[in-house]
Amino acid sequence: MTDTRTPDFLEVDSLLAPDERQVRDTVARFVDAQVLPVIADCFETGRFPMELVAPMADLGLFGPTLSDYGCAGLNHIAYGLIMQELERGDSGVRSFASVQSSLVMYPIHRWGSAQQKEHWLPRLAGGQAIGCFGLTEPDGGSDAGTMKTRAHLRGSDWVLNGAKMWITNGTVADVAVVWAQTDEGIRGFLVEKGTPGYTTRDIPHKFSLRASVTSELFFDECVLPAASRLPGAHGLACPLSCLTEARYGIAWGAIGAASACYREALEFARQRKLFGSTLAAKQMTQVRLAEMLRRIVSAQLLALQLGRLKDAGRVHHTQVSLAKWNNVRAALDVARDARDLLGAGGITVELATIRHLLNLESVITYEGTETIHQLIVGREITGEEAF
Amino acid sequence: MPCPPSGVSAKMGPAPGPAARGREPSYLGYVWFQLEEVGTLRILAIVKQVPDSNAAVKVTADGKGIDQTGLKLVVDPFDEFGIELAVQLKEKRKDVAEVVALTVGGDKAAEALRVALAMGADRGIHANDPAFETKDELFYAAVIAAAVKKESAPIDLIVTGKYNIDLDAGAVGAAVAEYVDWPHIAAVTGFELAADGKSFVARRRIEGAEEVVEGALPVVLTIEKGMVEPRYPSLPNLMKAKKKPVALLTSKDLAVDAGLAAGLQFLSLFPPPPRPACKMVPGEPDQMAKELVRLLREEAKVV
Ligand SMILES: Cc1cc2nc3c(=O)[nH]c(=O)nc-3n(C[C@H](O)[C@H](O)[C@H](O)COP(=O)(O)OP(=O)(O)OC[C@H]3O[C@@H](n4cnc5c(N)ncnc54)[C@H](O)[C@@H]3O)c2cc1C
Ligand SMILES: Cc1cc2nc3c(=O)[nH]c(=O)nc-3n(C[C@H](O)[C@H](O)[C@H](O)COP(=O)(O)OP(=O)(O)OC[C@H]3O[C@@H](n4cnc5c(N)ncnc54)[C@H](O)[C@@H]3O)c2cc1C
Repeated sequence: MTDTRTPDFLEVDSLLAPDERQVRDTVARFVDAQVLPVIADCFETGRFPMELVAPMADLGLFGPTLSDYGCAGLNHIAYGLIMQELERGDSGVRSFASVQSSLVMYPIHRWGSAQQKEHWLPRLAGGQAIGCFGLTEPDGGSDAGTMKTRAHLRGSDWVLNGAKMWITNGTVADVAVVWAQTDEGIRGFLVEKGTPGYTTRDIPHKFSLRASVTSELFFDECVLPAASRLPGAHGLACPLSCLTEARYGIAWGAIGAASACYREALEFARQRKLFGSTLAAKQMTQVRLAEMLRRIVSAQLLALQLGRLKDAGRVHHTQVSLAKWNNVRAALDVARDARDLLGAGGITVELATIRHLLNLESVITYEGTETIHQLIVGREITGEEAF
Repeated sequence: MPCPPSGVSAKMGPAPGPAARGREPSYLGYVWFQLEEVGTLRILAIVKQVPDSNAAVKVTADGKGIDQTGLKLVVDPFDEFGIELAVQLKEKRKDVAEVVALTVGGDKAAEALRVALAMGADRGIHANDPAFETKDELFYAAVIAAAVKKESAPIDLIVTGKYNIDLDAGAVGAAVAEYVDWPHIAAVTGFELAADGKSFVARRRIEGAEEVVEGALPVVLTIEKGMVEPRYPSLPNLMKAKKKPVALLTSKDLAVDAGLAAGLQFLSLFPPPPRPACKMVPGEPDQMAKELVRLLREEAKVV
């Protein structure tokens, strides 16, 4: 078995190219040295580790699949491995990178004007600017097509009214990619922090993703110059394709969270002596650990094949849905069982497992709930829409 | 095309942007020339690929080597100090022409070289030949020295780790210095190269004190932990490193005294014996203390 931080029971490592491994190891090292020492405290105090933004940018973690604007031009396997390692640290840190890369840089790169790209992409890549993505609304996230936020033209300006909820990085973002209904259909806008009529507020009392900022965005007669619209973005398919990018990363990220829990449970089982032997020597525990490993190995292979399809330009969004659903569910099951195996010690943030477990409760909800992904796959195989 | 004045090198490029403000651009026909002082110093960093210190190392069944399946390999952490020092010198000084990273090893060692290139080395040399495989640091050093001598322009400074964490012999730097006939400074904790690019002051850690050494290039430095903090190679730099030139050298290119290879005979490798079980002394503190003293005197016979 390869000595990586994530278990490698099936030598999946041997299916990676040397530079893919090197990217993973570089990020793994960063996570070990800079994320793990601070993250339990961040989670406990409900603080996003803002001090990690600059080192993450220096490492090239924002927009790594882009090949211009100083970005690394990595393939999607390498991108997935970055997400896996970041989430081995914490889902909140991975969420930050997901939002910045897949939900903010990706749409600007794909549908932005030359001016928007030149202004924002270097800053977002360099960590001088933080972005957020506003799609979900208070009245329901799953049915994004019926959003109530509206933009209408006044002269050449756009006027935005409405609210967005559960927005990662909302209050700390310098730019928000906001999706709104217009007379011509759904359009995307870049709203800069400080624009009159645009305010934000953090959502308190979260018990999940505590090392991540989650906010509400409010638009009250918010006037935006014509140049703030993403000129290439037309229709709901655009925000949904951003979500496909981010969901792809989450399918990998979940492996990291699951691995961290599995490692902790395995270590504990080896040390803990009860009823005359270590827990590791008991059938019951072995079955539980083997189940965890089985889930992780399946998730790894699924993510890898998904990534190869993506790099070949053949991935379908329903395949991404299947992977997000499977891998996050697998991680959540692993985390829950690992938590139980750790006994009382498993309820404190001294151990990583409960932090991952609580985080994964968000991860299974955002970027399409588990049910939504099941219904997407269901529609694909039956041809019947059942939402 | 007109020749640039001697003593300076001309670098072709686009019209200087704001970053180049303050320098004197001269417009020659259709391209901009930016005039810079020539760097002349050339630094070589020796980079060895070794098993990760956290890796669970398994000895092969024949006792002749380490099981390589799935073994995680990294750049030797001490060699990373050398790369970092070399790159910092290049960044700080105008007179450094290039940083060359050299590795001796099989195909996989190319990954170690790439880390060095991503950290900022300009080009690589990969000595890759089954004939170079060795557990003898003197032979390893002889291969390196042969590669150094083969360089068309002379190297002025060689940097490497105080020792490598795989063999722990600490002979590489000293032996390379001997073979190229330069001085060697070991366990370096500080290095100041004078403005003339020739004389230097180095500091080294010795038992309970620090020694200050003066000298002139060329020299081999072996670096102590803590002198510099190695940077992480960024992901864009890892990708760019793929495009930096790497010269491959085999036993056809490097003449190494075969007699040296036989200097040390490697017999076998075995894991250390398992530690004997820990004995817990039960009881109240005063009883425990008495029992401990008794055990130390009667069983361990150390007091
Ligand atoms: C920490 C966190 C960060 C987030 N960050 C962002 C962000 O940055 N940007 C953003 O836009 N959004 C973000 N979200 C919002 C997230 O995408 C939504 O929470 C998610 O899409 C679900 O929407 P909802 O919460 O309104 O639940 P609802 O859509 O109200 O769903 C409630 C329940 O109903 C189920 N359901 C929905 N439709 C059906 C159906 N047809 N049949 C049966 N069951 C159904 C769902 O599966 C779910 O269990 C974030 C959420 C969290 C928790
Ligand atoms: C919030 C809280 C409050 C508490 N309050 C009290 C209190 O007031 N008084 C008090 O005395 N205790 C209290 N406890 C302790 C609680 O009763 C113990 O945590 C519980 O008995 C489990 O013990 P443990 O934590 O040492 O886990 P362990 O006994 O180490 O168990 C670890 C895991 O191994 C499993 N396991 C155990 N034996 C076997 C076996 N033979 N085969 C296979 N698997 C096995 C367990 O099911 C568990 O999953 C409290 C715990 C918590 C979390």
